[in-house]
Amino acid sequence: MGTAGVIFDGLLALALVWLAWQATRAADLFHAVVSFIVFGLLMALAWVRLEAPDIALAEAAIGAGATGALLLSALDRLVTREGRRTVLYEPGAAWGFWIPAGAALLGALTLAAWKLPAPGLGDEVLASLGASGVDHPVTAVLLNFRALDTLLEIGVLLLAAVTIWSLGRAPSPLVPVMPSPALPALGRLLFPVFVLVAAYLLWRGSHAPGGAFPAGAVLGAGAILMLLAGARPWIRSSEHGPWRWILSLGLAMLLAAGIAGTVMGQAFFQYPPGTAGPLILLLEVAAGLSIALLLFALYLRGEPCEHGYRGSGP
Amino acid sequence: MTVYLSLAGVLFLIGLHGFFTARNLLRRLLALNVLTTAVFLLFVVMARLAEPLDAVPHAIVLTGIVVTVSTTAVALALLVRIAGRMRDEDTDPAAGPRGGAG
Repeated sequence: MGTAGVIFDGLLALALVWLAWQATRAADLFHAVVSFIVFGLLMALAWVRLEAPDIALAEAAIGAGATGALLLSALDRLVTREGRRTVLYEPGAAWGFWIPAGAALLGALTLAAWKLPAPGLGDEVLASLGASGVDHPVTAVLLNFRALDTLLEIGVLLLAAVTIWSLGRAPSPLVPVMPSPALPALGRLLFPVFVLVAAYLLWRGSHAPGGAFPAGAVLGAGAILMLLAGARPWIRSSEHGPWRWILSLGLAMLLAAGIAGTVMGQAFFQYPPGTAGPLILLLEVAAGLSIALLLFALYLRGEPCEHGYRGSGP
Repeated sequence: MTVYLSLAGVLFLIGLHGFFTARNLLRRLLALNVLTTAVFLLFVVMARLAEPLDAVPHAIVLTGIVVTVSTTAVALALLVRIAGRMRDEDTDPAAGPRGGAG
């Protein structure tokens, strides 16, 4: 890393601090949300600098993209009486408490991080990579060595979707009426590209940065774009009810893969010898589809229903 | 790497302070997101310092990003419902049409 790299890192760090400050302290909420989205995109650059391209992809697609869409659509629905309020934060006298307390917590965390076993697990991961069925270490960790984490993570995502849907029905209409005729046409043109990129990322995951999470996020973003372009979600009514099973497909497949090992007398999530590669690809497809649909489900902010139907029955 | 470690520290403090003292709930949520990013940054810097590059923290951060977006989505859904409830209580002529529960 030369001098240019150091200068770049410094500028990036300064920009990130400034954007984080704007995101939490800007007087205008819209300003704050947009600062946060830009913060997420610049964080993706920082991840690349830290040699974590998988996280960069996920941050750009999920962190900045999906979270940004959620924040902006929620902002649209929140009462904006913020302008009349002059005191945004609790009184500043609390700084005398916050700076020492925050620094102490940070110091304790850093100390805890420092006390971890020094070389990490990099050697172990590389040594077992040949038996994992994939060539990319992060995918091997996510879907083979620590598949339980992925199972629980999709469980959390499903739980979030269930929580949001149980809060009530999705607002009707789902999105504000678009004045521009260009968006529907553009959305229809672009959706196949979203599907193609998602399939490519999914396939790439076995040997390079990519995999189910960025792929699912890209596909989910495509679905949100179609929704904004005026398409109606087809998971809304009882006649398309079976499609809703895709929401839990990822969790079900991962759980089945985990339990199958136990049934065959092996450890939980121990794949039969020689089948790890195809099995991981299958799990990634299922997880990718589920993640795409779950992110879309989160965006709906309620259980989707027929437009204009506000009854209480199923 | 010192740059990124200090960045993680500064972001942590900004996020922590915002999360506990902001009066607006959406602002709190943004601060929480900044806070999680700071923790992820600490993890990834540690993975980068290890020799060879450690893939396990990367996988954990990927998991963390998805959990963060789930938390944010649930919190936002609750926020929108709270705002709708408050709008019902004091009729504000400037408020838009209600988009809450059916």
